[in-house]
Amino acid sequence: MSRPIRRISIVLGLLLIALIANVTVIQVVLAGDYRDRPGNQRVLLEEYDRERGPILVGSNPVARSVETGDTLTYLREYDNGPMYAPVTGFYSLIYGATGLERTENRVLTGSSPLFVVDRAEQLFAGRDPQGGAVTTTLNARAQRAAFNGLKGKKGGVVAIEPATGRILASVQSPSFDPNILSSHDPNSIRQYYATLESDPAKPLLNRPIVSLNPPGSTFKIVTAAAALASGRFTPDTVLPGPRAYNLPNSTNKIRNWNGQACGPNNLVTLRQAIAISCNTAFAWLGNELGAEALREQAQLMGFDNSFQIPLRAATSRFPEDPDAPQTAMSAIGQFDVRATALQMAMVAAAVGNNGTLMEPYLVQEVRGPDLSILQTTQPKVFAESMTPLDAVQMTEMMVNVVDNGTGSNARIEGVRVAGKTGTAQTGNDNPAVAWFIAFAPAQSPEVAVAVMVEDAGAPEVSGNQLAAPIARSVIEAVLR
Amino acid sequence: MPDNLLAVGLPGILAVTDTARRSTARRQPTRRNAELLMLIFAWGIGVLGTLQVGWAIGRDPDAGLWITSGVVGALALIMHGVVRLRAPYADPILLPAATLLTILGLVMIYRLDVAAARRAELNDNPLPTPDVYSQLTWFTVAVILFASVLILLRDHRVLQRYTYTLGLVGLILLVLPLAPVIGTTVNGATLWIRIGGFSFQPAEIAKILLTIFFAGYLVEKRDSLALVRTKVLGLGLPRLKDLGPLVVAWLVSLAVLIFQRDLGTSLLFFGLFVAMLYIATQRRSWLVIGGALFMGGAVLAYYMFGHVRLRVMVWLDPWTYATDEGYQIVQSLFGLANGGILGAGIGQGFPNLVPFASTDFIVAALGEEIGVTGLIALLLVYAILVERGLRAAIAVRDSFGQLLAAGLSITLGLQVFVIVGGVTRLIPLTGLTTPFLSYGGSSLIANWILIALLLRISDRARRPDSEVLSPDDALTQVVRRT
Repeated sequence: MSRPIRRISIVLGLLLIALIANVTVIQVVLAGDYRDRPGNQRVLLEEYDRERGPILVGSNPVARSVETGDTLTYLREYDNGPMYAPVTGFYSLIYGATGLERTENRVLTGSSPLFVVDRAEQLFAGRDPQGGAVTTTLNARAQRAAFNGLKGKKGGVVAIEPATGRILASVQSPSFDPNILSSHDPNSIRQYYATLESDPAKPLLNRPIVSLNPPGSTFKIVTAAAALASGRFTPDTVLPGPRAYNLPNSTNKIRNWNGQACGPNNLVTLRQAIAISCNTAFAWLGNELGAEALREQAQLMGFDNSFQIPLRAATSRFPEDPDAPQTAMSAIGQFDVRATALQMAMVAAAVGNNGTLMEPYLVQEVRGPDLSILQTTQPKVFAESMTPLDAVQMTEMMVNVVDNGTGSNARIEGVRVAGKTGTAQTGNDNPAVAWFIAFAPAQSPEVAVAVMVEDAGAPEVSGNQLAAPIARSVIEAVLR
Repeated sequence: MPDNLLAVGLPGILAVTDTARRSTARRQPTRRNAELLMLIFAWGIGVLGTLQVGWAIGRDPDAGLWITSGVVGALALIMHGVVRLRAPYADPILLPAATLLTILGLVMIYRLDVAAARRAELNDNPLPTPDVYSQLTWFTVAVILFASVLILLRDHRVLQRYTYTLGLVGLILLVLPLAPVIGTTVNGATLWIRIGGFSFQPAEIAKILLTIFFAGYLVEKRDSLALVRTKVLGLGLPRLKDLGPLVVAWLVSLAVLIFQRDLGTSLLFFGLFVAMLYIATQRRSWLVIGGALFMGGAVLAYYMFGHVRLRVMVWLDPWTYATDEGYQIVQSLFGLANGGILGAGIGQGFPNLVPFASTDFIVAALGEEIGVTGLIALLLVYAILVERGLRAAIAVRDSFGQLLAAGLSITLGLQVFVIVGGVTRLIPLTGLTTPFLSYGGSSLIANWILIALLLRISDRARRPDSEVLSPDDALTQVVRRT
């Protein structure tokens, strides 16, 4: 009977080969396809099975993972979610991740090459990899001051430490609650996301670094810097400042907000022109300097450059090839000049830091799962935007704005605050954007801030009325 | 890499086997020491696997782990001792291979317990009763029965005397789940009996009894069954009246399928009977007729029964049924895919996502955590078991022993193919346990008795002639090879 037994054993051998071939196909050839199939929870589970590292402000986590009883082991929780949302972003089952949750994902999941040692250890010990922590540059008090200041308004605030480029505050209003978007309940996630999407105020927009608006009169700092850099002007140079400036080759005029001339005999010094935000003088100045000089100065202050902080900021623009009337408009921050709050904070920071503009950044440190520091961001110079002498002169002129000019609401007892107001028209019918940029203490600033309030209403005073108090409270929060 | 201790360890066993074989020569060594060494190896793999589960969840090995490991080690040693005393010439690989599979099953069941406990803890639910301890208890029972078989059954030929009695008991056991009161339907299949709080799957024991019956019956009838009356297309056909037994087996299989809805058992019995018929008669015509009957039965079942049709449809396109009927197989495939080449590592995958991970789908659970490398090694261990059984079948001198050993090995091989093929979507999914690995007492006990019988036969086959003292053996010993 051994012959049929041998034959049967050959058949069984063939069945074995079929099994082996089949599992090899599944586990090697088709494995990738199966992983990508809808309904495969394992990929998600694997991600949610690891303890994702926290995002820290100082030593306090603003985003952290807590263990749940869910199939998804860890839930992402945000303290003061709406306040930190433009920085942390969200971490959603359905919509993926945004903000630092996205850009620092490899650190937070522990898969960054910085963790080689930990990973080796985990591999040998068979433990789940743990995520690292991301420490932000944010200042909790400044963030809170900005958040409270913007409440009920639409806009964004960015505060920067001028000497380093560290971003101390980045706030938007309206904001959203990342806790709901990061929950494990697909229905409430979808519902909430749909609500946010359909909201005309666009709460999901990262306003402080993405929303582009004409900077209005705050851009006069750039124009004035170009004037000082040209060597033809000093703060005391007298400029023509009539009630209206006739745009070259055009019948249109630029007027001052109050409809008055900027000084006796239609003359005004550069210092005074900044203090009262004289449009006609700056329009004239723009054409005197030319678009090329304005653009050069703007670019030295960060325009036309895309920053990753590491969130990608929108690129602020100086118009490409303006004719003479357009140049005049651009010189007062109108026409096609567009800037983010981040950009205007950088302008203030550049002046405050003796003309040296530092690259802005949001991640201070990367820490391992044991909180040991693995990487610290080193401040980097972006550009020498102004000579130190020009910067000192500009600072004096900006202090004058707050002390004697349009920026009275930014005054702080015992602190010299340098600032500049702005109100920009975004179109014929659109409501204006109110701006205020400032830094303090003026002699060696600890903070530079830009406040942008959209839908602010028309009058020139709105920069001072709406934006300056917020800037002041942010400055106070940092200095306190 | 601890991820793959198992994948590295299994081939190690094969290496030991190889060196053991080389030392075979004149003096017919018993090779019990090689067996002991491989048992220790199998035990060590189990301990490492358990430790790995602990590492994966960040728990240090506790006293319980060492006690459990100690118990398993002691059970393995007891079996080894019994074999040493009662079947000293038996094949040295059968016992360690089956032990390794049982231990791997225990490790995976423990690992699934841990997952279940963790989930209950997080949900604030009462902790579920761990399965691993009841499986360990079943293993103990299995060892006792294993030892009993080897101690009480000194010669497998004794069984031949009870051919019809065992056949009847086997048949009764097979249909017992249909009996009122004690029969229980679980997940649509009626293959359990429940007496008191105690449930049992009698088909597992029936599998062995019927194999013995087939062997005894076919030895008796093979001459007439091998007779050829007519030839059709060069194939000798048996006499019409000799078709009876095959038709009966076919009808019983169909009955199991129809009334118990147990596709796997039905397939297994019929396949086994046809294979044994072929071995006994050496007539390929039986394979052809059996194959035709199988096809007929399959087509009939497909058109007559919704549950069979559904199985086939899910098999052909599981993705369409991914959230309902195809959920199990789809989750099984996802698990296997997650394992990839080297596996997620014991304790680091998500085998608990597959329903019935500790019973029907334990191969998917293992495949996820030890990868295709480990899974192939695992299949090779089964292959070695079957091959060693068939080797004993060829080597043993009496026809009953040959048929019995071959039948038992084929049962094992077919069962592994049907269930592993099912959970890996090679063939439609049928509910069968995975021998030695699956959680469940009936299966574990039945398969250990199966190993005991194979050891008994292989001991007889390999025993040197000088030690064969039985009188009727002495009579048949005409020529002696030197």
